[in-house]
Amino acid sequence: MQFGIFSVSDVTRNPITGVTPSEAERIDAIVKIAKRADEVGLDVFAIGEHHNPPFFSSSPTTLLAHIAAQTQRIILSTAVTLITTNDPVKIAEDYAMLQHLSKGRMDLMLGRGNTVPVYPWFGQDMRDGVALALENYNLLHKLWREDVVDWQGKFRTPLQGFTSIPRPLDDVPPFVWHGSIRTPEIAEQAAFYGNGYFANNILAPNLHFLPLVNFYRERFEHYGHGTEEQAVVGLGGYAFIAKRSQDAYDRFRPYFEGSPIYGKTYRLEEYSRDTPLSVGSPQEVIDRTLTFREGFGDYQRQLWVLDAMGLPLEMALEQVELLGTEVVPVLRKEMAARRSPGAAGAPTHQSLVQAKYRDQPPRQPRPNANRGDNLTGVRPYHDTDESVTASPPLVVGQAARFGNITPAER
Amino acid sequence: MTKTIGNSGEPMRLVVVNAGVNDPSTTRTLADRIAQKSIERITAAGKTAVLSVIDLAPLAVDIARAVVAGFPEAKVQSVIDTLGGADAVVAATPVYKAGMSGLFKSFIDIVDNDLLIAKPVILAATAGTARHAMVADEQMRPLFAFLRTFPVPTSIFAAPEDWGSPELGGRIDRAATELTQFLLSGAGRSIADAAWQGYQHQFGGNATRAERSAADVNFDTDLMRLAAGGTLQHG
Repeated sequence: MQFGIFSVSDVTRNPITGVTPSEAERIDAIVKIAKRADEVGLDVFAIGEHHNPPFFSSSPTTLLAHIAAQTQRIILSTAVTLITTNDPVKIAEDYAMLQHLSKGRMDLMLGRGNTVPVYPWFGQDMRDGVALALENYNLLHKLWREDVVDWQGKFRTPLQGFTSIPRPLDDVPPFVWHGSIRTPEIAEQAAFYGNGYFANNILAPNLHFLPLVNFYRERFEHYGHGTEEQAVVGLGGYAFIAKRSQDAYDRFRPYFEGSPIYGKTYRLEEYSRDTPLSVGSPQEVIDRTLTFREGFGDYQRQLWVLDAMGLPLEMALEQVELLGTEVVPVLRKEMAARRSPGAAGAPTHQSLVQAKYRDQPPRQPRPNANRGDNLTGVRPYHDTDESVTASPPLVVGQAARFGNITPAER
Repeated sequence: MTKTIGNSGEPMRLVVVNAGVNDPSTTRTLADRIAQKSIERITAAGKTAVLSVIDLAPLAVDIARAVVAGFPEAKVQSVIDTLGGADAVVAATPVYKAGMSGLFKSFIDIVDNDLLIAKPVILAATAGTARHAMVADEQMRPLFAFLRTFPVPTSIFAAPEDWGSPELGGRIDRAATELTQFLLSGAGRSIADAAWQGYQHQFGGNATRAERSAADVNFDTDLMRLAAGGTLQHG
């Protein structure tokens, strides 16, 4: 099981000092937080994608590549990558690039996002949100698995004989989590492809997302990827830890009550009792997290937000430290002791390479010589499968010169 | 998914939602009279009925918080569950400033759109003057139409002078009779059975028929086909 942190990249006023950090300060801070997470042995660091203030993370792959260069073993991921408004072709390229640069220490989580105006900013219509997410992933899935893609959908221009570069590291696509908290179609897509399903287990009553997690497990088995308990489930969470329980509440309260999201709703005590928000001593956070396993079954990834609500950097780093040294080591043992032998392990690049190649060396694509116009042939790589077919588009000028010929006649 | 309700010996579940805030409350008194008459009518037809009353006033702060937080805490959740389990509803609000009370509307604002599909509802309002007589029909009726319920033809409005008039009792009897006949017909249940998939739903929602597992989900949709690797119609 993997344990880690994620950030929504909010730039929030510190309610105690009244000072709002600059974007520059928060961007520097998040790099330090990610590096500390790596140092204390957390498994995952994930960052959100936003395109409006008060957030800073508009370009997750740039940030994650920078962090990858300064860390040793932590897996870098997203929470989430917008599968609705990003062109799936660009997602395929950007994340394959990140996969190479991080030597496979990455995966990604796809989601629809929660900002209504983001759709028109990227030329899309919000009313198409679910359909965009589904269709775009169908294409992304193909782009990472087929050297040459012919594709036609509703929302973007068709592709003819297109090759997304670079090919995934070791020709093993990055692992994909589908994030959703209310949409069975997204859970269905995760199940259909045998991908991971992630429920952001915050901002809702305890176990609110259980029906959707169970739906995903049931459909994962239905599609023949394994048993329900072999389905790959991740949960989000929010934690604030102090050595003593009362200190945790006392120190966290001003940030919680000062938060534009949380502060105007329930009291901290009610919120941490009735929702998965985990506040308290290391032991209390451990016990709370174990209740997630009791409710949702064995799962593969637990991520917590630790740095939101205007927490200053020093406090966020202290949270990472407490999580990594006092909470997660115990949770690893406790979760392992309770784990069903049939439950799936957490996917990594190494495990996916092993599953695909066993003891054989992984494929390393080498391009054939060509003009670089993506129109030159059906086999872009030395070793591209002979069965791959493509129908490159006729260039208008050529069509005029040669008449109306079909690809097969050429 | 289809849940048989109110059949054979099982009692009809009547739920009052009362937004009156005083004790004693005129609105609650009106709701009680409507509920009592409805139970009499149901019993006279050879069926049994059980009554639950949801007083909103003690939950006012929790309801307001649920509006802001986006989800209800346990106390409010439990009354939503009670309401969702109703076979028939009496909805009663005082009129403030020419409209239904904000507390009443806030409570309705936090329930799922499909919580009361095809269920019969008696609409009731009280006010300090007869000038507000149309609030039940002009404000509550469209609201319960949005919820895809069956408000019965007779709404009940009571201004101070109505409490001394036998005609109020006559109107209550008429509304209770309408509610009972609708319940006995089974039409609401048949409509929900036959047309459930056609309404907008939330997976894992509060409605008694809400989708909670794969067995409840309709996979024969464009989006579900797309989710399983299919394509949408182009164009």
